[in-house]
Parts: sequence; structure tokens; C-alpha cells
Amino acid sequence: MSTLVQSEPSLQAGAAPGSARHLVDLAYRFREHGIVAVLALFVIATTAIQPRFLNSSNIKFTLLNATIFGFLALGQTVVIVSRNVDLSVGSILGLSAYLSSAYLADHPGTPIPLVFALGLAIGLVCGMVNGAVTALGRVPSLVVTIATLYIIRGVDTVIVGGREVVANSLPDSFLSLGTSTIAGIPVITIGSVVVIAAGAYFLRNFRSGRELYAIGSNPDAARLAGIAIGRRVFGAFAFSGAIAGLSGVMWAAYYGTIDSTAGTNYELQVVAACVVGGVAIFGGSGSAVGAAVGALLIATISQALYVLGISSFWEQAIYGLLLLVAISLDRAIALRLTSALRKRSYQQRAA
Amino acid sequence: MYLQRTKKVLIGSVLAATLLAGAGASGVASAAARSVGRPHALKKGLKVFVVPKNLGNSYFTTADSVKTGGALSALKALGESGAETSGTTDTPASQLPVIQADISKGANALVISATDPTALCPTLKRAMASGIVVVTYDSDAPTCRTLFVNQATAQGIGDIEVQILAKELHGQGQIAIVSASASDTNQNTWIAYMKQELKSYPKMKLVSVVYGNDDTATSTTVTQGLLSKYPNLKGIISPTTVGIAAAAAVLDTAKYRGKIQLTGLGTPDEMKKYVQDGTVQAFALWNPADLGYLAAYAAVELASHAITNAPGQSFVAGRLGRYKVLPGHEILLGAPFVFTKANINKFNF
Repeated sequence: MSTLVQSEPSLQAGAAPGSARHLVDLAYRFREHGIVAVLALFVIATTAIQPRFLNSSNIKFTLLNATIFGFLALGQTVVIVSRNVDLSVGSILGLSAYLSSAYLADHPGTPIPLVFALGLAIGLVCGMVNGAVTALGRVPSLVVTIATLYIIRGVDTVIVGGREVVANSLPDSFLSLGTSTIAGIPVITIGSVVVIAAGAYFLRNFRSGRELYAIGSNPDAARLAGIAIGRRVFGAFAFSGAIAGLSGVMWAAYYGTIDSTAGTNYELQVVAACVVGGVAIFGGSGSAVGAAVGALLIATISQALYVLGISSFWEQAIYGLLLLVAISLDRAIALRLTSALRKRSYQQRAA
Repeated sequence: MYLQRTKKVLIGSVLAATLLAGAGASGVASAAARSVGRPHALKKGLKVFVVPKNLGNSYFTTADSVKTGGALSALKALGESGAETSGTTDTPASQLPVIQADISKGANALVISATDPTALCPTLKRAMASGIVVVTYDSDAPTCRTLFVNQATAQGIGDIEVQILAKELHGQGQIAIVSASASDTNQNTWIAYMKQELKSYPKMKLVSVVYGNDDTATSTTVTQGLLSKYPNLKGIISPTTVGIAAAAAVLDTAKYRGKIQLTGLGTPDEMKKYVQDGTVQAFALWNPADLGYLAAYAAVELASHAITNAPGQSFVAGRLGRYKVLPGHEILLGAPFVFTKANINKFNF
């Protein structure tokens, strides 16, 4: 379990006083460096082959495509660090996308924040169901959320029927959320980054956030330490549901045409983003920032495949291969740095 | 899901029928016209049941209802007793009991869009054996119907999309195709016809065919990839309803609107915004109301014994004019219908 060794900086970094050396240590220990390096490498390589990869509209497209996954990855990180998984996020996104946009289409005067609140509420309810069954029923979350994945999608299909919400019935102010930019950066990306930063700060610095890591590292020890496991896990699922609900509203604004298939198969891509971003799949380690960078890397890879014009028959295989390479590279960098850190701390102790 | 599946099945059925029949054109009738033009020769009060794949599907509502000028409006005008019946889901399990009930109510003719030919065939064959006319429309059941009303041929679909784009681009510039999945037989057949038609426009160069898998998010990404890779791209054809809507959403910014032309197969509801704001000038599909109207007319002609289903037989279908039965016992609605700013608001499906 080397993941535990290199777990969270704030757990260990507090010991040393704020010297220059401490800052270097912090930089080393920043768990996301590996994935950022891989991302940079990838962008440089792709740009060398196809310089148009770095033009402003392609950057905008890539950010837009990464935003929803990065945002979903925040909720997923909170769940995964507690040694659970939420596979129902794609279905929650779909339900929220349809219901909130259909409401807006039927009530054109609705203020947009209220549409987001509606999406959040729909997601929160779904997430609370997941949390209640997992925490109270002591059912493994994998099973619970596979079930709710199908149940929620089924409910969505029944509600939607053969209908769809079309761009023409949505106000321009709503649709422009998905395309407008500030200084070249899409508005929904900026909004998501703010929420992700807040979420990451909570996970890192708040007691309830730290307790999720404790639960994920060792549930028995966490229970003995007096942590209210049920309440924390319930909270994690409710949070993930709410995030998925908000993502649904973003999805609707971005794509403009919403039927009952929105968000199908998103769950695996979100989990992949988390894992690529250094969140340990068995809990106890990882950060929301890492997961968001993971989502960005995945979006960059898939965008690059299209920009490079890779034959679509090869697309999926190459996509999977690149993911594997990215994870391995990140892992190699992380292990090397961990051993460097260990060596350094031995030297410090010896001195 | 329903609509999605309906579209795919519906598009697939066009292909199947086309392959069976060969590319034909709705011919102007020969001198063999018999009772045509004399509506009084048609029996009145016939019981004709219109059975779409499912109820509550806006595509079929347009094809069938009186308000849109669909199947029931033809039956009403001819003085028949018509009704739209079907199940609530797009499955043979839901459609079959309804067909059986229609038969026991004493139907003279059935106008059906088949959810699944294999599942429906035994029942339809029995109906035909007892003298009931079975006309399929939109989705065929080739071995167990009297006549199939085909909405468009594969060549008709391929040609019209290239022609629309060629007109918009004045016949020159780089173009690309955003298709469904790489293995889709129907889309691939249309693309083959498009390439053939493109030979008439030597200055239009097809630079890439990409696949959005009939998924909104993937179609969006592949369209963005095209824009990034081909800075001189002038036009996109998307022969799939999911693809064209996603591509339109990508192009719907000041940067691309009007500078890159988009056409293909789409539904008016999904495309309304993009046609009205100028992102898309024209796209094609068939007019479902005309399809239903023609199918109902053909059913009444057959049930009145005014025509048989033999190739070469012809009749006048009210407002649509004269139609001839083609080899393979089918009639062809005609060239695909082109939707533009001028007519799109008349359609709701």
C-alpha cells in the first residue's frame, strides 16, 4: 500500500516548520505533479505533430469537454476516498438534465440560478437515496449504485418517453452558458473550477473531510476512533448526487438537445478521471484537484485523437492505451519521488 | 431512447426496402390508370386502422393525425372509418396485441409501421389470408404485407444532402461528414452515394469522415476535432439526426455561423433554433404527414379493389398526385423533403 505512504501532504507536512526546505518538500509531495507532467508532455507531443492543437478554439473545446467530467470527479473523489464508489452519477446527470431543462422550457422566465437549484435538488435526493441504502443498509456501494444507475435511468426513460427538450425551447441566456467565455475560458469552466477548489479545500482542511480519508484508509480504526462512519458516508453520497445534479444542468446548457440518454456511460469515465488523477480506487488517498486534472488529461487525449485524425476504428484502443501509459508514467514518477523523499528524511534523521 | 431507436429503425427500414426494390422513382402513371381520378369508385365506411410503432411519439403523431394532414386526414376525406391504435412502447410485445384487437374488430385494412417483422409476421399473414389489406409505412415487414410505402431511397438521401451543400457553397470548398457509427450500414450506403454525387462537383473536396456514434457528446467532440484540424473547412454533412443537432450546437457561435455550412438529416424540432438563427440553411428528411397520407390512401385503394399490388398499377393519392406500384410491391413517397426557414415552423416532430 504505497498509496498510503504518499497519501496526503497536509497529514505529514505539518511536522516541519516553514523553512525553504519545507517548501521544496511540499512541491515534491504535491501528489498531482506526475499527472501534470504527463499532461504537459502529451500537449507538447500533440502540438509538435499538429500545431493547430493549441489554437484558442481548440483549447476552449477541450476545456468545455473536460469541465463536466472534472466537476463530476469532485463528487466522485469525495465518495472514493471513503472507500466507496458512485456509479449512478451518469443517470443522475441525465435525470437532472432533462427535468431541469424541461422545467425551463415550460417556464421560460425562470431565473437561471433557480434552474441550477432545481438540478441540485434532484441530484441531492438521488444521492441521499444512495447514501441511505449504503450507510444504513450496510450494502456495498458498488451494488447499490449499479442498482440506482438502472433505476434512475429507467425512471428518466419513463418520464421522458419519446420526447426531448430542443434548443429552440431554451432561452439564449441559458444556452450561452455553454459557449460564452471570459478571457478565452468558458464560463462553466470558471464556475466549476471555483466549486472544485472549494471542495478540495474542504477535503484537505476540514475535520469531516479528513475523516473521509480515515474511513477509506481503515474503516475499523476509524470506527474505534469514534468517527461517525454512517453519517460521513451518507454525506459523501449526498454531495456526489448534488454535484451530478448540477452537472446535468451544465450538460443541458452545453449540448442544447436533451433526451433520456444524456450522460449514458459517464460513470466509468468519471471513475477513470479520478484514478488517472491519483485517487486510490480503494480509498484513503487522492485529491479533487488531481481528479480534475485527470479529467482534463482524458479530455485532452480524446480531443487530440480527433484533431490528429486517428481512424475511428483505432480510436478506442488507442484511447485506452494512452490512459494506461498516462497512469503508468504518473505511477513511476510518484514512486521515484516517494523514494527520494524517504531517502531525504533518512538523511535528515541521520544528521 | 424511444425516439432514438425509432429514428434508427426507421432509417434502417428505408435501406432494407431500397435494397429489395432497387432504386426507383415514383413514376408518372402510364395509360394503365383504371379507376383513378374517380374517388366514387372507392368504397366508403371501410374500417382502416393506423398502427404506428407506438403512441405518443411525435414523429408518428405527425404522420397519422388529421391536424397535420396525415393518414387519418386522408381517411376522413375519403369517408372511411379510421383510427390510430398502438401500444405505448416501441416494442412488438406492445404492438402485437393491438394489431390482433384491430383484426377482431373487423378491420378492412391495416396501415402499420412494423416494430419487428419477425414477431408480427405470423399475425399479419393470417390477416392477409382472411382478406385484410396490410400496408406498411416507415418501417417495412417485407414478407407479410400487401404493399410498402417507402419514404425515400438511399440514393435520394445521399444525393439531396450533397446537392443542398453544393448550392450553399457554390460548388466549392473542403467538406467533411459527421456520421453515426463506423459500422452503420445505412449511413455508409448514403455516404457511398454522396461520394458518387460529389463527382459532379469537382471543386468540392471531401477531406474527412468522422463518427459520432449517434451520441451527442461524441458527435460534439468529433465536430470540434474537424474544426481544429481543417481551418479551411467550408461545409459539413451529417446524415444522422443526433449528429446534425450536435454539430449545429458546436457551429452556433459568431465564429462559425454562416461561415461553415451544415446540412444532413434532421428533425424540425431539434433544428428549429439553428435554422432560425442562420447556423443551418437547409436540411432534409421526408415529410411524415405525406408518408402517412399516402399509406392511408394506398390502403383504401387496395381495400376497395380499385388497384392491386402488382407492379405498374397506379392511382392518384389526393393532394400528392399520382403514384405507381414499383417492383417489390412498394410505392415511393418521392425525393426527401427539404426543411428551410420558410417552412420549418409548420412542423412539430
